[in-house]
Amino acid sequence: MRSRSAVIEMSDTKTVVLVGVGGQGILLVSKVLSELLVQNGYDVKMSEVHGMAQRGGSVSTQIRFGEKVNSPFMGYGGADILLGFEKMETYRFLPYVKSGGTVIYADATIPSAPVFSGKKAYPQGLDAEIEKTGRSLRVPVTEWVSDIGGANYQNTVLLGVLAKTLGIGFDQTEAVLLTMINKKYHEKNRKALSKGYEFAKGQ
Amino acid sequence: MRWKMPKVLLSGNEACARGAYEAGVQVACGYPGTPSTEILESLAQYREIDSEWSINEKVALEIIFGSAFAGLRSLATMKNVGLNVAADPLFSGAYLGVEGGCVIISADDPGLHSSQTEQDNRYYALHAKVPLFEPSDSQEAKEMMKTAFEVSEQYKIPVLFRMTTRVCHSKGLVELGERIEKTPTVYRRDLTRFVATPARCRVHHGELEQKLKALEEWSNETGLNFIEMGDPKIGVITSGIAYQHAKEAFGSRASFLKLGFTHPLPSRKIIDFSRKVERIYVIEENDPFIENHVKALGISAIGKERLSLCGELNSEMIASRLLGENVSGCEITEEKALPRPPVLCSGCPHRGVFYELSQLKDTVITGDIGCYTLGSAEPLNAMDTVLCMGAGISAAIGFERAFKKIGRTSRVIGVIGDSTFFHSGITGLADAVFNRSQITVCILDNRSTAMTGHQNNHGTGLRLSGKPATEIEIKDIVKALGVEHFFEINPNDLAGLKALLKETAALEGPIVILAQWPCALLKELPPQDRSKFDLPQSKYTVQEDMCKKCKKCLTLGCPSISFIPGAGSRIDESTCKGCSLCYQVCPFHAIQKRGDRNV
Repeated sequence: MRSRSAVIEMSDTKTVVLVGVGGQGILLVSKVLSELLVQNGYDVKMSEVHGMAQRGGSVSTQIRFGEKVNSPFMGYGGADILLGFEKMETYRFLPYVKSGGTVIYADATIPSAPVFSGKKAYPQGLDAEIEKTGRSLRVPVTEWVSDIGGANYQNTVLLGVLAKTLGIGFDQTEAVLLTMINKKYHEKNRKALSKGYEFAKGQ
Repeated sequence: MRWKMPKVLLSGNEACARGAYEAGVQVACGYPGTPSTEILESLAQYREIDSEWSINEKVALEIIFGSAFAGLRSLATMKNVGLNVAADPLFSGAYLGVEGGCVIISADDPGLHSSQTEQDNRYYALHAKVPLFEPSDSQEAKEMMKTAFEVSEQYKIPVLFRMTTRVCHSKGLVELGERIEKTPTVYRRDLTRFVATPARCRVHHGELEQKLKALEEWSNETGLNFIEMGDPKIGVITSGIAYQHAKEAFGSRASFLKLGFTHPLPSRKIIDFSRKVERIYVIEENDPFIENHVKALGISAIGKERLSLCGELNSEMIASRLLGENVSGCEITEEKALPRPPVLCSGCPHRGVFYELSQLKDTVITGDIGCYTLGSAEPLNAMDTVLCMGAGISAAIGFERAFKKIGRTSRVIGVIGDSTFFHSGITGLADAVFNRSQITVCILDNRSTAMTGHQNNHGTGLRLSGKPATEIEIKDIVKALGVEHFFEINPNDLAGLKALLKETAALEGPIVILAQWPCALLKELPPQDRSKFDLPQSKYTVQEDMCKKCKKCLTLGCPSISFIPGAGSRIDESTCKGCSLCYQVCPFHAIQKRGDRNV
């Protein structure tokens, strides 16, 4: 068991909620983070939802870590950190954030059925709404798409931001991430991870 | 020094598989269904176990009864509604009993994440008179699985193992153990044991009641039902995931009677516990299964008076309803959080069929369970009913008979997928042929059991183990049943579909249309399909100056197409699969293959 001094000081169980759209790579980030927390000596539980939601629906996972974790997920007001992969989904999950909790979110927008069937317009003004919660960090992944080698690596950028925010080392994060992906994608993922990690350093 | 086994993160489903492996299970089968699917998939990694998908849950359960009669440890996996299908062998199997350990996993779905009912399958244990285990996390699931096999063998009785979505799909740290290899007893015919005739089953029933009496004693003694004393002012009786939520909400502010073995319930232990605490809460999801028993013992308790019969629990809910502690997050407005329902994927081969069905007037469409249930959603809205597996065909028969009776002439079309057809569509189609039903059945064969994550099925030519299977061709079954009007079509050919639906409208007797095309998300086609389907290589794009903003392409409900007010339709080329449906529906030829502008 490794020392946990590297990771944020904590008194009790912490909750990270990840939310986005099916296909955005939320499960991969959840798996990497869970493994990192286990390596850092925590008891970890992670909750996923499978099945119908994956067909372009809203997808969320929760990771809880601490001395001893009971529930694998929390309800409203339970999240210390909300990690949003898509703007409207981030907004939808704001009720899960604890008072004093942190929202980290990508500026990516993905239309949902009412939008692509022409019935409604994608909502405006979401950034302002999210900022109202107090501690929020908008990650401009859409501006970085060409830097990081495509929209497919946005999840890795967010992993970088989250790892830095939780005080987990870059090398350790990279090592765990690379064990979970095909070798031919290693270089691009390294770059995306570093982009996110460096961005969080500047905050 | 003894080597300490490593701890690894496993989902509840993976932990069930690991537990079964360590318990020395030899034969396993099931039918895919969320949230149970990964149990059997995970078992397939263990070469020592014969794990294969079955055609449906009833067949799976009958298979494992056979192998358990033969003396081998055997496991069946299914989702909540799957046990409804398998109920027949469950009841008589309980009477006959088993020789080798026999465990049936029912993965229930409080909160209806992916099911048509929220049924509490603990009642099956009560009803069929079999023992019941309820783990609350991955570590417990693994350990209890081993105990479940021991109990099954010791009492010669099949055992129900109840998982729920949040236990199935949550990962937690699990300490691994070694596999034990059991030498099965040699099977010999014994007519007094496994032949369910009334005369013998009268005897078996008496024996079963005796087994349950003995099991109630075991329930009082087992460490799976344990007391954790905290503050004695509140006593919580709970099981499964509800235990974890209750611990989170109460911590040491309550004492707990945690039940891992919930049928037969440990009456003596419950009474003992009730004497140690002042006020009792029974905390469980969905039905008052434990609560009713507690109250029948004459113990005053609070349960469903404050906790809902519907939906899942979480710790905030428990704290707020039982402790009056309200935690609230910030509020959001609905206009800014538009719904994001699941939709048919870009390039989904079902879309073409539902698009053409949505154009038909005076038609009733009976649907079925699978990805294609999404054909009922906006903007296609091409479905009237979804009842259960197989009813896509049989409910169509019912509509047709009803309409005939009252002189209504509407056309009735049933829709069913490939795996669902094998699961329980064949019998319905036989009935349609036998009774000469005037229905049209569209079989949407996407070469996979897609909704649950692309399992092989009886039509794909491969087994769970990766070994080759004998591919059963749907067209051979349809013809063998005596269907006279059988047609095959590429579901991405809209004009062909439209014409076929029109031509077949006046034909006599059941009509079957097989629309075959691989799921757009399949990473690899089954070997025999590779030369059969010419998958699209190019994507489509909107010629912006030619788009008249008519929004016709939006009626397909394709997630790759969006509409920019004032500018027109756009196709997201990163997600477009090149199915060409939008190209086919655009009245102004504004949608073209990328790089192709020949109108």
